[in-house]
Amino acid sequence: MKKKLSGLFFTALLMMAVLGGCSDGTGESSGDKSSVVVGIQQDIDSLDPHLATAAGTKEILFNIFEGLVKSDENGNLIGAVASDYRISDDGLTYTFTLRDGVKFHNGNVVTAEDVKYSLERVSGLLDGTALIATLSPDKGGITSVDILNDKTVQVTVGSANAELIYSFVAAIIPAGSGEDESADPIGTGPFSFVSYTPQESIVLKKNPDYWQEGLPRLDQVTFKIVNSAETALMELQGGTIDIYPYLTDSQAQALSDGKTHQVAVSPSNVVQALFLNNTVEPLDNVLVRKAILYALDKNAINKYVGGETGSLIGSAMLPTLSDYYVDLNDVYGNEANVEKAKELLAQAGYENGFDLVIDIPSNYEFHMQTGEVVAEQLKAVGINASIHAVEWNTWLEDIYNGRNYAATISGVTCDQTPGYMLNRFESTSSKNFINYSNPEYDEIYQKAQKALDLNEKADYYKQLQKLLTDDAATAFIMVPGNMTAISNRLDGYKFYPIYVQDMSTVYVK
Amino acid sequence: MLLASRRKVNKYFIAGLIMTGLAVFCGILGFFWTPYGTSAMSDDRFCAPSPGHLFGTDNFGRDIFSRVMQGMGTTILVSVLVVIFSAAAGIILGALTGYFGGVLDEIVMRVTDAVNGFPSILLALVAVSVLGQGRINLILSLGVVFSPSYIRIVRSEYLRLRDADYIKRARLMGVGKMRILFVHILPNILPVFGVSVMIGLNNAILAESGMSYLGIGVQPPDASLGNMLSDAQGFLQMAPWYALAPGLSIVWLVLGFSLLSEGIRRFGE
Repeated sequence: MKKKLSGLFFTALLMMAVLGGCSDGTGESSGDKSSVVVGIQQDIDSLDPHLATAAGTKEILFNIFEGLVKSDENGNLIGAVASDYRISDDGLTYTFTLRDGVKFHNGNVVTAEDVKYSLERVSGLLDGTALIATLSPDKGGITSVDILNDKTVQVTVGSANAELIYSFVAAIIPAGSGEDESADPIGTGPFSFVSYTPQESIVLKKNPDYWQEGLPRLDQVTFKIVNSAETALMELQGGTIDIYPYLTDSQAQALSDGKTHQVAVSPSNVVQALFLNNTVEPLDNVLVRKAILYALDKNAINKYVGGETGSLIGSAMLPTLSDYYVDLNDVYGNEANVEKAKELLAQAGYENGFDLVIDIPSNYEFHMQTGEVVAEQLKAVGINASIHAVEWNTWLEDIYNGRNYAATISGVTCDQTPGYMLNRFESTSSKNFINYSNPEYDEIYQKAQKALDLNEKADYYKQLQKLLTDDAATAFIMVPGNMTAISNRLDGYKFYPIYVQDMSTVYVK
Repeated sequence: MLLASRRKVNKYFIAGLIMTGLAVFCGILGFFWTPYGTSAMSDDRFCAPSPGHLFGTDNFGRDIFSRVMQGMGTTILVSVLVVIFSAAAGIILGALTGYFGGVLDEIVMRVTDAVNGFPSILLALVAVSVLGQGRINLILSLGVVFSPSYIRIVRSEYLRLRDADYIKRARLMGVGKMRILFVHILPNILPVFGVSVMIGLNNAILAESGMSYLGIGVQPPDASLGNMLSDAQGFLQMAPWYALAPGLSIVWLVLGFSLLSEGIRRFGE
């Protein structure tokens, strides 16, 4: 009898669970909540907007955080937390007027104190470590932040720099919350943080108090980490991912029937290169580096891997930044020049070639495939190149930060300012992971930073690009085209000239 | 054994021999000659199988047949070396522990227990991530993982045979221990051992393919059946032949060795 009773009880429990499950399920699908799943290729490195360094993290945090200013889809700056700003004629004082009624996700209104705290935190005035290099007082960044009144903040900087305003996209966070941001990020962006499961997903929900009228249009956004390109394709076709940026050529072709997704192409802001560590033998020899540049057939890479959507480059600048860009593809040519490469190798004393290990982050199919083509091209001139696939976090740690490598294929992003990309090759830059060092470069870079006249600045930047090419600092390959799969049920996706995934304007048709 | 084969044709053995023979021939040939360069890229991308390209071409316009030949060779070479490594370890340790017993026996058996406690692929994964990628490390780690089963088989055979009458007599005659171990006993365990070597080859082929498929075995641009399969995955719909070629090759190899081991077992009966 006892057994029977417990059996009944168990059945009842089971029924309840099943029925409960049912009602939950229908409630979600029939409700008018709109949600979107975005596939991303790598896990995020930090939820703290000031500590995050990976471009793949920043593109997500763009939805949670905003700075005093933010960029729009044309690459222009618009006011965000600040409704207006003024730069003094000497370029040394910035006066920001805060927008009325901007609220943090915790419901508090953004005050001048929060702005002061955030700017002092990123510039290092708070504890001595600058989190954003360009804002550091040592680099001519912020020297003081003064609160003029409740709605006005005045920032004084060390030296005039026309590009510095772009650094004020740095996120505004509640005063004193620095320690907690990485666990519980609170910002002012269109979406607020819900949860983060490492290696799996980041879930965001609508911020109902967002200052831009009518935005965001979605109720929930899930960024789902998909480590392999194959899984991504299957998930796209199965409909479990709605938006997937950075498609490979083959994925785009597989989706080209348009049944589930449309593939949109736009120029990316990623500079893809075979990065060469300038201090590792034999790559410390400029002749060897030049030989490698001559050996590469960039046309072939674009054809085999890029689906001919990439723009070939000879130096570190996006062709889309046309005012600053100088076409240096002719210096080493877009086709392979095997004789010249062999000749240079012989001059350098490597007539029999050498072994070269190319480390490649294995989650980026695009770079992995590029690696296969590059290895083949290097073999043609006698360089015995082998590919070493490394996991993304290891890549960041050992290669990007540790600089413990000989060659790697990867991409670096360029924010709106041309200086951001060229700053990377300054000998003292923390981002200079190729260990490039040329005093002349540093000097011109400093001059460029000080130049207020845009033509003069552009001129300096062109000189810098030329120096990089002449020194064969690294083998720049291309700016890949951005192919993004967007589900047919969605609309409103905007392409940015910078590396962000703006979900605020996306909506379900 | 020969008599047995004359009395009744051993179909398994013959079929296995033909299949593995063909595969081994292709593989060995692949080290010296392939119809096209194994990593030579061309503009003929995603060509379907045709007389010019028997198995078609891949995303870089490389001839898949040539790469399968190279991959087959790599896979067979790695598997054979793994089996030789683990079989040698198995014979030496198994013979010593089985024949002498004692403290050494206890230690070796507990270590093999420990190794057996982990799923073999997982253990090999750990070993490769500690030692680093590459062919040699792959062989070493798979070899270590595969050794325990050989040690156990050899040990139990030695345990069984060490008190056999002819061994006792040999001992009484004052024959050296090493001679007893490897001249008197060893030939008698070969039929049993041979079968397990063949089964081991099968497992090694699958393990090598699995590891390369996961990207930690043979590194591109070198071809191995496993990494070809993983490369082909992204093009399953566009170019099904790309995945079929290495996939069917693995099936062919494994089936061939299975038939061969079954054939050898029947000889033994």
